[in-house]
Amino acid sequence: MNAPARDARRSAAGPVLSARDLHTWFELRQWGFLRVGSVRAVDGVNFELQAGEAVAFVGESGCGKSSLARTLLGLHQPTRGEVVFEGRSLGTLNATERKAYLARVGFVQQDPYGALPPFMDVRRILHEPLIVHGVRNRAEREQRAREALEEVRLSPPDDFLSKFPHMLSGGQQQRVVIARALILRPAMIIADEPVSMLDASVRVEILQLLRNIQTEHGLTLAFITHDLSTVRHFAERIFVMYAGRIVEQAEVNELLNHPQHPYTQALLAAISDPDPDNALHLREVPPGEPPSLLKPPAGCRFHPRCNRMIAGTCDRDDPPDFETRNGHLTACWLYR
Amino acid sequence: MAGEPLLRVEDLRLHYRSGNGVVRALDGVSFDVRRNEALVVLGESGCGKSTLAKALMRLLPRNVQHFSGSLLVDGVETMDYPEERFRREVRWVRISMVMQAAMNALNPVIRVGEQVAEPLRVHRGWSARRARERTAEVFGLVGISADFLQRYPFELSGGMRQRAVLAMALVTEPDLVIMDEPTSALDVLTQAGIMNALKRIKQELGTSFILITHDVSTSSEIAERVALMYAGQLVEFADARDFFREPAHPYSKLLMASVPRLHQKETPVHIPGQPPNLLNPPEGCRFAERCPSRFDRCDRDPETFRIGERRTVRCWLHAPGARP
Ligand SMILES: Nc1ncnc2c1ncn2[C@@H]1O[C@H](COP(=O)(O)OP(=O)(O)O)[C@@H](O)[C@H]1O
Ligand SMILES: Nc1ncnc2c1ncn2[C@@H]1O[C@H](COP(=O)(O)OP(=O)(O)O)[C@@H](O)[C@H]1O
Ligand code: SF4
Ligand code: SF4
Ligand SMILES: [Mg+2]
Ligand SMILES: [Mg+2]
Repeated sequence: MNAPARDARRSAAGPVLSARDLHTWFELRQWGFLRVGSVRAVDGVNFELQAGEAVAFVGESGCGKSSLARTLLGLHQPTRGEVVFEGRSLGTLNATERKAYLARVGFVQQDPYGALPPFMDVRRILHEPLIVHGVRNRAEREQRAREALEEVRLSPPDDFLSKFPHMLSGGQQQRVVIARALILRPAMIIADEPVSMLDASVRVEILQLLRNIQTEHGLTLAFITHDLSTVRHFAERIFVMYAGRIVEQAEVNELLNHPQHPYTQALLAAISDPDPDNALHLREVPPGEPPSLLKPPAGCRFHPRCNRMIAGTCDRDDPPDFETRNGHLTACWLYR
Repeated sequence: MAGEPLLRVEDLRLHYRSGNGVVRALDGVSFDVRRNEALVVLGESGCGKSTLAKALMRLLPRNVQHFSGSLLVDGVETMDYPEERFRREVRWVRISMVMQAAMNALNPVIRVGEQVAEPLRVHRGWSARRARERTAEVFGLVGISADFLQRYPFELSGGMRQRAVLAMALVTEPDLVIMDEPTSALDVLTQAGIMNALKRIKQELGTSFILITHDVSTSSEIAERVALMYAGQLVEFADARDFFREPAHPYSKLLMASVPRLHQKETPVHIPGQPPNLLNPPEGCRFAERCPSRFDRCDRDPETFRIGERRTVRCWLHAPGARP
């Protein structure tokens, strides 16, 4: 879709999904009852997704990506703030409406093998959500299962319908997970590191497939990854996460060409393209490791590792989002 | 011995017995590693990379059906060493290894420092005190603070555990360290930190490395030479500079085009098809089914041809005077 068409649709439709001041904390207890503190996995996240766009959430493991995904799906109750889908806050939905919501949002998780029940064949895996959502006619279910398999290029469907997950390769398993996510004809797909467990050789293929399905059906795609080197090809906007927060967001080329946040800059500087000259020098890597989310540092969470830290400010006050270039938001005091 | 590479491997083969027949996981591999050199072994999963590592260390599982070839250390053949002598003179002494997923295999109830010191205590019979001092030194080398000696594995992040198993491989001062997928499960910054540590160690100690990985980009952080494997065989062996800039084997070319690059506009292209089953690999070129340049000769197993001084390619296209 070209940019003007997309923008026109955006302004007409408004955001499909938004996160407002979203917090998901997990209480940590010792021996099952002693309260030790809270893991602030998602800690004040705000964003809006427009209908039909593909966005990527990028961050290192433990920064809260999966917790965010699960909160967006309504699988975790936010500690504070809300998720709004098509104008309604998830917290206000009754049981029937929640079920309807889950039919509108498909989920693709990281480990395809863990996501597929080992005792079900592909047919049953694909029929199941249809049964749950009231498609009584068996022939119709079968028809839709076949369509979904064609869609993920597992064709002819007859070769796959009676297979069990262990009989499929990792890439094929992930295609089945995607087919299942599509079968209720959702408006949106949330994919949590959909290729990180797969061999490098099949990753691009699966990402391409997701992206094609997304553009073809005008779906909204929220794609979670720790791999910045592939995002350019599979997302239009990027959100960079660090320690439970979004620290930078921008359109993909803007972000890759003009990273503003020192953390994003460090991430990009650490990525190697296959160049023999890489072996000639050391890479610059910020010292230390991401903080514990049990007791995150005061002020900017990146400050203990940041070589541009402004003493008295960065270590005391939380940086808000600053608009550093058009549409480019950066939570960093350098841009005050 | 002057002029001899540190390690030379000729026609190495390792086949496994399985319920369905013989798996020809490593099927005639030859290469060498020089002193203070970093060789990267690339290949997609299942092509025999871990099998190669096990063969070099002679850490063989029970179901080995066939093991042959030549393994020269400093020009001296070690294949005919009995196990006892190989253990005394080669394994963990000249050549050590960080196994795939080793960082997750640390013993959870033993302090990290003790585990890293173990090779010194067991193989060298060092006193606890002497071993502890040496371990602290190696911790410094791999970038872990000495405070961590007293910690348990669960108290360490993934990156720190990976550094700890690297320390374990280095503690006996081997000439060559084999690392099997050392950074594949780690985040980019952690990965970059570990690659920095490897570069530093190589420079300071003069150690040679064989880095085994399917990650082409990360491998370029240290590679001086590259060996690309496909279906149990080496298809190309070249200087890293030549391999990354001008890959020669058809598979090498497709592989390089499939690597995502940060600042590249074109979408990376995946390689269609799948590698053959090693239970019953095809008679001719094992890459033929996926090869866009296949021609009539490819029904026969290709020989390995030399291109220039420093590159070999197992492909008929590179036969002298070949014209498809
Ligand atoms: N159900 C849970 N209970 C307690 N802590 C959790 C739970 N889920 C995640 N966490 C913690 O929240 C933090 C963020 O985890 P996660 O969302 O899985 O990050 P990511 O997906 O980015 O790796 C981690 O410290 C993790 O241990
Ligand atoms: N102990 C074993 N017994 C039988 N087959 C094995 C054994 N170890 C590995 N294999 C098989 O040998 C082939 C090469 O495996 P491996 O060396 O682990 O490849 P890689 O490390 O490149 O992924 C694969 O087909 C694998 O299934
Ligand atoms: S707010 Fe300060 S510490 Fe944080 S990233 Fe910006 S400069 Fe660094
Ligand atoms: S030998 Fe033939 S089939 Fe094999 S890689 Fe070369 S051209 Fe392709
Ligand atoms: Mg996760
Ligand atoms: Mg392996």
